[in-house]
Amino acid sequence: MKYIKFFLVGILFGIVMSKAEIISWYRIYEMFKFQSFHMYGIIGSAIMLGMISMFLFKKKMVRTFKGEEIHVTPKNEGLSRNLFGGILFGLGWALAGACPGPMFVLLGKGVASILVVIFGATLGAFFYGLFKDKLPN
Amino acid sequence: MDFIMKPWEWYVAGPVISFIMFLLYYFGERFGVSSNLETFCSIGGAGKFVNYFKIDWRENLWNLIFIAGAIAGGFIASNYMTATDAVAISPQTVQDLADIGIVNAGQTYLPDEIFSIETMFSLKGFSILIIAGFLVGFGARWAGGCTSGHAIVGLSNLELPSLIAVIGFFIGGLVMTWLIIPLIF
Repeated sequence: MKYIKFFLVGILFGIVMSKAEIISWYRIYEMFKFQSFHMYGIIGSAIMLGMISMFLFKKKMVRTFKGEEIHVTPKNEGLSRNLFGGILFGLGWALAGACPGPMFVLLGKGVASILVVIFGATLGAFFYGLFKDKLPN
Repeated sequence: MDFIMKPWEWYVAGPVISFIMFLLYYFGERFGVSSNLETFCSIGGAGKFVNYFKIDWRENLWNLIFIAGAIAGGFIASNYMTATDAVAISPQTVQDLADIGIVNAGQTYLPDEIFSIETMFSLKGFSILIIAGFLVGFGARWAGGCTSGHAIVGLSNLELPSLIAVIGFFIGGLVMTWLIIPLIF
């Protein structure tokens, strides 16, 4: 039963990704062409409001529903991993027109070919795990 | 009813996404979709080959349930909450895409030139889909996050690694969109 809330939040996520056309390949292409404010408005406003959430978590003004403090795990430091990993991700994001979240939403929309993209992404994660000790951090 | 059926503006979507992040932390978890890809590897037995994947994937079950919800949400939205499949992209974008051979841009959510079943079963089409996915998966895990974990959570939390990663996202995205995509199609 404790998992139902995650399913419901996931449904909301799927709906907003679809309704705001974030799952559209064209919206991502348009964003990287700087031809619309749409995606920048979405990401920008999510971050602005997210800063308020983070402030409330840090000041302990908001705790989990169980009353525990909320700690946001910091991301790993390192120029290479973040920059080069980021660049590879960006190449894929612009080509697929979808980052990991929208891939699953597109599956729900009934786009069969997105399964190939999801398989490729899983393969990519596997190869990262295989070579992670040889990659610069 | 109009609000349900019409596309949602950025000032609706951004706050809703932020609220989703808030809820996931309030529920004692976090917001990050790409880590599910590693969970898939673990479930598929990748731990036999690579120690990195030897984890108890049940700890990430909540996140798998979250993406199961996302699949359901995509189904609900496209079947019951969408009047037309057209996407109102800028006329300039439509023109630019026509120039490189992607026709009817914006009449549906996705270009047939990449996502149609016929394309998927062609060597070129299949390669594009799998390479795009591979880059997303490999890059996201190397950087330690995707749009959710780095761009939304990391930047909200004013983290330098996330700023570097998001700059990387844009370098890659701009190179693909401006230089590589015109060569592919």
